[in-house]
Amino acid sequence: MPNLKGTLTNVWNVTTESQVWKSIFRHGLPTSNRNRVLVVMSNVFLHLHPVKSRKAGIKLRYTWCMGGVTFFLFLVLTFTGLLLMFYYRPTVEYAYADIVDLREHVPLGVMRELHRWGAHAMVITVWLHMFRVFMTGSYKPPREFNWGIGVVLLVLTLLLSFTGYLLPWDQLAIWAITVGANMARATPLLGHEGPLSAALKIGDMSLVHAGDDAKFILLGSRVVGENALLRFYVLHCVGLPLAAAVLMAVHFWRVRKDGGISGPM
Amino acid sequence: MAEAAPEQQSKEAGVDRRGFINWVVTGWLAMTASLVAGLSATGRFMFPNVLTEPPSSFKVGFPDDFAVGKVDERFKEKYRIWVVRNDTEIYALSGICTHLGCTPNWLEAENKFKCPCHGSGFYISGQNFEGPAPRPLERVKIVLADDGQILVDKGRTFKYEAGQWTDPESALKN
Repeated sequence: MPNLKGTLTNVWNVTTESQVWKSIFRHGLPTSNRNRVLVVMSNVFLHLHPVKSRKAGIKLRYTWCMGGVTFFLFLVLTFTGLLLMFYYRPTVEYAYADIVDLREHVPLGVMRELHRWGAHAMVITVWLHMFRVFMTGSYKPPREFNWGIGVVLLVLTLLLSFTGYLLPWDQLAIWAITVGANMARATPLLGHEGPLSAALKIGDMSLVHAGDDAKFILLGSRVVGENALLRFYVLHCVGLPLAAAVLMAVHFWRVRKDGGISGPM
Repeated sequence: MAEAAPEQQSKEAGVDRRGFINWVVTGWLAMTASLVAGLSATGRFMFPNVLTEPPSSFKVGFPDDFAVGKVDERFKEKYRIWVVRNDTEIYALSGICTHLGCTPNWLEAENKFKCPCHGSGFYISGQNFEGPAPRPLERVKIVLADDGQILVDKGRTFKYEAGQWTDPESALKN
């Protein structure tokens, strides 16, 4: 046994003193406070988080871990969504058939179910996270800016949900987006049926009409069709997740900069 | 290397050393099992169950459908082969240039296959004679099916340079 222990120690020492190891880890084992700080500070993912948290502030009954669960669901949705993109084609001709194939003919046809249920769950956890933050007063100064970021993230989550809803291209999707997009007609100034937009005219020529208003630019058309499907697909897969990822980085960073997770009063 | 928590702290938490180790081992096993399951499922996901490729084995019609001395181009678009009939035999040539894999064209007027990518030329037999192609076009398996039709199977190829063009399945005798 002493020999085995000696060998293991030697292997460990040779490994941790190699250039490869040292190029990855710039610090020793996190056995001292200084090294624990360095672990966090020298890691691009961890450094977004506070170096230290209040013990009371990370209790499950205080945070519900709803922010963490939301982020976890975002990662799950990114991963399953990426896999779905290997089989789904956003065209009127193929979209619905590909969705059916994802269940019937693709190996382990649960990938779309994971994505769909994960999306529903994420909307719920975002609301619960906001509810918790509100009830614990964690939106108060100095955290009011981060509350604002959070509200934008809520909107992005709902828009991701909305854009993803069209992609199966079944009757439910098409008419839900038809109804949803109709709301954009009532946008003040920018929707052709919205308040004040009728006043925007040069002589007899109306500047905001059904062919150039907010609903039109959302769908790329007057009705839900090929352009709308492609627009929603691009927003769903690239535009909105990218914006959400950037804002999440800011959100986590501000938690750290604004004094860490708030403590119970 | 995480040391077990000091005796005092463990007692406060109501966890003894054995219980702690049991939890750690169970946790690691559960996490490893779910990781392995998830990664294998993801790996399997990338291998589709349904392919849209044309079948590699197919019937092209009866021998009398093919004129002597002609290169039949009907099957090039879908299956990427030519069926050629001469005085003595019927054979199927693979439409894959032996240089870098483009599809040559059959030039009726010049009586040769010519690859548009780098100019490789092949006689009607498939033998290369100009350009960078290092060896003749390959022939694919051609036999008579039970119903008298010609059955072509791209799963089996015959290389001239390996002496395989003498194989009975590389051509149908007239």
